[in-house]
Parts: sequence; structure tokens; C-alpha cells
Amino acid sequence: MSQQMILSSGLRRSLTAFTLVGLVVIYVPLALVLLNSFNTDNTFGWPPESLTLRWWKLAWHSEGARNALWTSIKVAIAATAIALALGTLAAMALRRSRFFGRNVVSLLIILPIALPGIVTGLAFQNGFRTILGVPLSLWTIVIAHATFCIVTVFNNVQARFQRLGVNFEQASMDLGAGRWTTFRLVTFPMLRSALLAGALLSFGLSFDEIVVTTFTASSHDQTLPLWIFQNLFRPNQAPIVNVVAAVLVLFSAIPIYIAQRLSGSTAESMTGAR
Amino acid sequence: MLWLGVAYLGALAALLITSLWTQDDFTGTIQRTWTLDNFRDLFTIDVYRTITLRTIGIAALVTVIDAVLAFPIALYMAKVASPRLQRLLVIAVLMPLWASYLVKAYAWRGMLSADGPLAWIAAPFGLHSPGYGVPAVIITLSYLWLPYMILPVYAGLERVPNSLFEASADLGGGAWTTIRRVVIPMAFPAIVAGSIFTFSLSLGDYIAVKIVGGTSQLLGNVVFDNQGAANNLPFAAAVATVPIVVMLVYLAAARRTGALENL
Repeated sequence: MSQQMILSSGLRRSLTAFTLVGLVVIYVPLALVLLNSFNTDNTFGWPPESLTLRWWKLAWHSEGARNALWTSIKVAIAATAIALALGTLAAMALRRSRFFGRNVVSLLIILPIALPGIVTGLAFQNGFRTILGVPLSLWTIVIAHATFCIVTVFNNVQARFQRLGVNFEQASMDLGAGRWTTFRLVTFPMLRSALLAGALLSFGLSFDEIVVTTFTASSHDQTLPLWIFQNLFRPNQAPIVNVVAAVLVLFSAIPIYIAQRLSGSTAESMTGAR
Repeated sequence: MLWLGVAYLGALAALLITSLWTQDDFTGTIQRTWTLDNFRDLFTIDVYRTITLRTIGIAALVTVIDAVLAFPIALYMAKVASPRLQRLLVIAVLMPLWASYLVKAYAWRGMLSADGPLAWIAAPFGLHSPGYGVPAVIITLSYLWLPYMILPVYAGLERVPNSLFEASADLGGGAWTTIRRVVIPMAFPAIVAGSIFTFSLSLGDYIAVKIVGGTSQLLGNVVFDNQGAANNLPFAAAVATVPIVVMLVYLAAARRTGALENL
């Protein structure tokens, strides 16, 4: 109740107004993308003279966009799978042992998200091409993506561990369950929603990532962001790019919806993201 | 663990080593001889110094703009909105985060274009859209990273107990004094935590610059152009060490404020 009392009414009013304006500014550009996908004018003159569904039809039949979408989904799934396994293991390892340099390790883990993507991307490209001599392929993208996806999974799992403590697992072991049984029947169910949130985030990050991808993709592997970027400056492709962008804006509601259904703790599980 | 240790740190180390190698101008192959030439070029050629300063300046400005914009919104979310509204607002702020980065930069290309909505709104006032250039880059980057600032600050403000506001008011502090002397100092680590994202993300950006920046260049473009068209990987590596060093200094400074626990 005191929520309403702690700030003076004048200040409350101005904060409300500011927030409203802020939200409008946040959403207007996205709305513009949606609207422009129906704009008859293919240079997006404003205001639109009339609306059409033509671009949506064209985009639906665009071979390049479809292939790119499929590539993106494959990469995101693979990167997420790797991140889930390794991120969970890393969180478990750090939780069990209190070894020297634990702080260093946790600082190290946030490095991939704290350093600019271009550094990560270049480091991987250099690592693959110059040092290891591995040609760039779909797998080099997956490995690079998995690296920053691990971080998000790790963050989620570690936060969950910190909240839960070790009592349940100790109880399980006391009752005669082995390590594996304990993991399967006690630890894993407790982690499930954290893992799902982490997976969702990883998938989203990987699906959307362009900088690291640019550096680690070979010339014939094209993810959706790469495709968009490549076609952005081609005048005759612009309306199709806009439709794809509009679809992505609409799609972005899905993970939020899932996360909401999952638990009320969207904020907890997602502020740790990049 | 091993993955991060070996794959990531290994790649970073290799990057540093590569920056010390040189490139054969004639064949375009990398010569593995040790030299500091790349760094010498980086520091002595004027263009690169200008670009470095411009990049850091833009990143700092974007961070400040985001902090100034995010604070009132986060304060509203944490201390004014009802719990139900709070949840809705968190979703409202999160939602654009899931919309593709590229799509958002692209949206601003549309907003800022010569016959786009901004020009349309500004025209009756005799103004025109800022067009594509450094101002457009700053607007777009601020827009892109705003949610990364709002969410940590909101989380930080939520932890400030209401009783502190009351105590400050009882002691005669007006609304403004309370915010300045009580709320901001308590939210400061959260703001720093948010700034790590806004600063780092701006520092390495080259895509938004290409989309709305016109002909202006940032460090990211230099790295990208050198690894791609010019195919001078060692020099690109040397340029990439600049953001690494800047970020390490920044992280070290941020650690002192206790911001890393707020991530």
C-alpha cells in the first residue's frame, strides 16, 4: 500500500508521463516496420498512400529468405543444445567446489557477454582459420554461438542453485539414492524451469545474432540476420526484407508468452541476459 | 568450463598473438614474424586515432543517454506502478529485446529516412530529419540498448526499501533531494551494471553504423573492413585489442562499485 505514498504526487505524475512517452518511443519504430510491410510505395514514403498485401506474397515465395530461416533455426537449436549441457555442468562444477580463484572464473564467464561481439567474432575467426586451419562452416557458427549461449544458461542455473541450497539433494543421498538417481529425480526437476528459460534465451540470442555470425560463417551459409543485412541495401528487395522484419517483430511475442506461462519470474530469468 | 577456458580464452589469446604478426602486402598471406608495426600504425595514423576517440565518445554518450532515460522509467516501474502494472511493464520493456537487433536498426533507418515519419513530423516546423550520420547512430544505439539499462536499474530500485523514502521525507527531504541523495546513490551499482552492456555493445557495433551511419566509421567498421575486403587479419586483430583493453579497464572500474553482483 505504501507503494503509492512514498513519492510526492507531482513527481509521480511526471514519472508516469515520462514512462508513457518512453513506451511510445520504444514501440513506434516497430509499429512502423509492421505498417511499412503493407505500404504500396517500395521506398516507404510516409505517410503511406495505400496499403497492399503484395509484399507478403512475394516474401512467402522468396527462396533466399526461407533457406536462411531454416539455417538460423538449425544453428540456434544446435547451439542451444550444447549450451544447455555445458552451461549446466559448469554451474554444477562451480557450485560443488570452492576452489581458489572462483571469482576469477565467474568473471571469466561473463567475458563473452561483456566484450563486444566483434571481438568475440574476430577471435573465433582467427582461431578457426589462422590457428587451427579449420574452414568456416555451419559448425563454426554453432561453436561460436554456443559460447555466449553457455553464459545465459549458466547464469540461470546458478541463480537457481543459489536459491535452492543443497538440502534436498543431501536428503536424497541420505535416503540411499546414488548421484545419478539424485540428479535425475531431485536436481533436474528443480532446475527444469531455469533450464527452459535459459534455452529460450539461448535460442533467441543465437537466432538474432549477426556480428559473431558474420565472422564465423562461410560464404554459403546464410542465417536469417545475414540474409536481411545483405538484402537491406538492395532497393528491389527492400519490401521483402521489410516483411521478414515485420514477421520477426510478431514472432518476438512468442518467447515472452512462453516465459510468462512458465513462471511469473520473467524478470529474474531474463535480466541476466546479454 | 573447459569449453570457455580453452575455446574462448584460447581464441582471445590467439587473437592477441595474431595482432603481433604481419601481413605480406604482395601475396596477402600472413607472415608469422613478430612485430609491433600494427600497433604503431594504430597509434600514429591520425584516422585511427580519430575513429577510436569517436567510438569511445559515442559509446559514452549512448550510455549517459540511456541512463538518463532509463532511470525515470525504472523508478516509475519500481515505485509507482501497482504490482500488476509492474509485471505488464516488465513485459513491455522485454518485448522489444526479443525483436531482432537488425530489425530495430532497420526500423530506425525507416524512421530517419528523408521522406520517413520523422521528416514528416518535423517538416511543418521547418526542420528536417537528422538523416544518416553520427546523430542517427547515437539515436539508434540508444534505442537499441535502452532495455539493457532499464532492467538492471529497475531490479536495483526495487531493492531500495520504501522506508528509506519515508525516512528521507520525515527528515525534511523534498522529492528531488530524496532522489538525488538517497535513491541515486543506492541505485548506482545497478546503473553501472547496465552501463556495462550499453557501453560494450556500442563499442563493438558496426552494423547499426552501416545501416544508419552514412559514411561515418567506428572501430567495428575498421575491424570488419580489415578482416574482409582488405584481408589484413593481423591489423584487424590489433584494432580489436582496443575495445578489449577499454572493456577490461571499464570492468575493473565497475567491480569497485560492486556492480558485477548486479548483473
